[in-house]
Amino acid sequence: MSQTYKIRKGHNIKLIGDAPQKHLEAVASSTYAVSPLDFPGITPKLVVKAGTQVNAGDVLFYDKDRPEVLICSPVSGEVTEIKRGAKRKILQVIILADSDTKYADHGSFDLKSTNRDATAAHFANTGVGALITSRPYGVAASMHELPRDIFVNGVQSGPLAGDLAYQLAGKEIEVAAAIEALSLMTAGKVYVSQDGDAPSLELLSHKKATSIQFTGKHPKGLVGTQIAQAAPMNKGEIVWTVNAVDLPVIGHAFLTGAYAPTYLVAVAGSRAKNAGYATMTQGVGLSSFVSTNINNDNTRMIAGDVLTGTTLEENGFLSFGKSQITAIPEGNSTEFFGWVLPGFGKFSTNRAFWSWLFPNRKYDLDTNIHGEERAFVVTGEYDKFIPMDIFPQQLLRCILIGDVEKMEQLGIYEVLPEDFALAEVACTSKLPLQQIVRDGLMDLRKEMM
Amino acid sequence: MKFVQNIFDKTRPLVEKEGKRNILYPLHNAIETMAFVPDHTTHSGAHVRDAIDLKRTMITVIFAMVPALLFGMWNIGRLHYGAFGEESTWLDNFLFGALKMLPLITVTYAAGLGVEIFFAWKRNHAVNEGFLVSGLLIPMIMPVDIPLWMVAVSTIFAVLIGKEVFGGTGMNLLNPALTARAFAFFAYPTWMSGDQIWINTNGEEGAQLVDGYSGATAMGELATTVGQGLNNPATETVMAQFGSGGTYSMMNTFLGLIPGSIGETSALLILLGGLFLVFKGVGSWKIMLSFLVGGLVMATIFNAFAVNEFMGLNPIHQLLIGGFMFGMVFMATDPVSGSQTETGKYIYGFLAGFFGIMIRVFNPAYPEGIMLAILFMNVMAPLIDHYVVESNIKRRSKRLANA
Repeated sequence: MSQTYKIRKGHNIKLIGDAPQKHLEAVASSTYAVSPLDFPGITPKLVVKAGTQVNAGDVLFYDKDRPEVLICSPVSGEVTEIKRGAKRKILQVIILADSDTKYADHGSFDLKSTNRDATAAHFANTGVGALITSRPYGVAASMHELPRDIFVNGVQSGPLAGDLAYQLAGKEIEVAAAIEALSLMTAGKVYVSQDGDAPSLELLSHKKATSIQFTGKHPKGLVGTQIAQAAPMNKGEIVWTVNAVDLPVIGHAFLTGAYAPTYLVAVAGSRAKNAGYATMTQGVGLSSFVSTNINNDNTRMIAGDVLTGTTLEENGFLSFGKSQITAIPEGNSTEFFGWVLPGFGKFSTNRAFWSWLFPNRKYDLDTNIHGEERAFVVTGEYDKFIPMDIFPQQLLRCILIGDVEKMEQLGIYEVLPEDFALAEVACTSKLPLQQIVRDGLMDLRKEMM
Repeated sequence: MKFVQNIFDKTRPLVEKEGKRNILYPLHNAIETMAFVPDHTTHSGAHVRDAIDLKRTMITVIFAMVPALLFGMWNIGRLHYGAFGEESTWLDNFLFGALKMLPLITVTYAAGLGVEIFFAWKRNHAVNEGFLVSGLLIPMIMPVDIPLWMVAVSTIFAVLIGKEVFGGTGMNLLNPALTARAFAFFAYPTWMSGDQIWINTNGEEGAQLVDGYSGATAMGELATTVGQGLNNPATETVMAQFGSGGTYSMMNTFLGLIPGSIGETSALLILLGGLFLVFKGVGSWKIMLSFLVGGLVMATIFNAFAVNEFMGLNPIHQLLIGGFMFGMVFMATDPVSGSQTETGKYIYGFLAGFFGIMIRVFNPAYPEGIMLAILFMNVMAPLIDHYVVESNIKRRSKRLANA
């Protein structure tokens, strides 16, 4: 019998444009891109240059500070361009893909062996190690770390999130192999979380994993919430997290030795002409996908959900580790006396607007901020959305003044920016909470290195 | 609404950085963002945002204050005509009060926003909405006959010393509205207490005050007679006023038919505003409830010992007079100067109510103990929060030790 946790604090943002369970045309493109910007905390050191031929699973760049962290190519082909920004910062590695993908062969891995070093090497060399996020800093994991526990997140509760059962269907063998491989990497437990409000997923139960269930509101689907409930982190501890949707890619790498980061991506949002699920490989150029599936007139395209996703350009590429694309309208228009009106149709998490009378309404939200940035004024607001034993506002203040010791005492090791996303949505003062937390974590990491 | 937008667009070059009237930029921006919620979109973090902003929060508080304010206006007129024994309709009463009140409100907003706009320009940020509420609170806690310049000076002091020196809205230690009142109370004592100021008695030529007229507040009467010591001959007459049918009867104090600061008299309408705030999620029910309990506990303790008649007053009655209700609903709940942790709010509210009644009863020189108690607890709030946060830190380090 698995432990069940009920998440009472939080909010389910109901948006129109759910992805129905139907397959869209698979997305193909001749150009792919991998962006170091998808990996917070990594200083990329390139292995390839323009003209290099790569196979899928060949290293493109690694982290300068932790050379064992390898970022690999999702496809085979020729590196055509290294896009750089200000101060020669690397923005994208562009690859012109072959028509038939050739995979670097790292050999299949014998999961019966219990050799941690060999397992670690296989994780790193095949590129799937980068799919593991390492807490406390929320960076791609280094295989040299010894995580206390590993959390596999099988709850997708964000706005317009895809249906995990649908996305993982038919991947039983890969999923089992991935959990098996992960279990070799920690002396602690491998927790696998499941959504207690949805039918349980048989393929996620594994004899080497501890099953935990979460019911209630979002952020039950954030792994930070799950860790805080099941086994809170302490200073000095490292916990790895993996999204369940990435398990097939990991399992495939162990079963066949090939890196094939292909996902069934949920396409959702009010601006999606064709909502549904499309097969895409990480880094794929999206321009033809956008023209057929997205109503791209004044639209914000997001890789991920509206809470934590990153903005996609019209001719952009599918970001690393994302299995959802959300399209919502931009909110670049003014509203006459919008703050005084009763607001029967306005999305709000509190009752200051009369829309609270309709709790089940689905909204077509745009990207308007609905106000200007202010200092902290309202109190107790963030607590309602962060189901952890922390004082969010006090922690944020400590980050803003750079008080490292106090940050540690107030539990910064237990949070990532995503854990503040709902609070950021609700924030009356319109403060950039996720950015503040990200900056705080990076400053802290610099201090510790 | 295109033409309104055009006006803003046309005038903007004048006030922008290179413009001739740059000092007016914050004012221009404030009015424009009031008329139009800006078209800014999200750039980092979450892509969608809640419709709420500080403007909405503050206007909600103002809505909550309106019933007490309108009643206060009516009450000014009622008391004025009553003092002369003249007949008056409710409309006469209201119009008389409105004419007294509007200059007060106007002067407060002009003085306070003047300072705010100057600092906004100096610091290169937008005018904050906090003063929308403070600017209405200040006139509501003043006596009707206070000279306008005193209101202006008090307001400027409050905004400058109470708020801007700390960094502006969100950074202040003290409640600005109470700071204004405290300043006026200590700087102009003759205009802030006594029995001459709570009712406007500037009648038409030849008008005579009615016999036995008293313009004192319930608090003033209690403090200057009953609280002065035992066996004061006036005690009995004063206490009779608190009995049923008297000027300060339970019902009159509940409804607000008594002299006092303009907005503080009607417990009924203030409580109505309080319920509205709690319901809207803008005011903290934790602070209000614990404040009420704190006051009730202190009043009950006094009542049990009842060394003098003031202490012997029915605890409920004790809470209905003076600024207790107004302080509970509109002053103690200020999120910036109050306690910021949820546990701390209970402690903060309780102690503010507790000390409020204590000061008012023990020290006749300060009949309005609520103001001082809340200001005192404003100063203490960070200390309370410190201990609440410290307990979280301890819990965390304990977990680390056991890990």
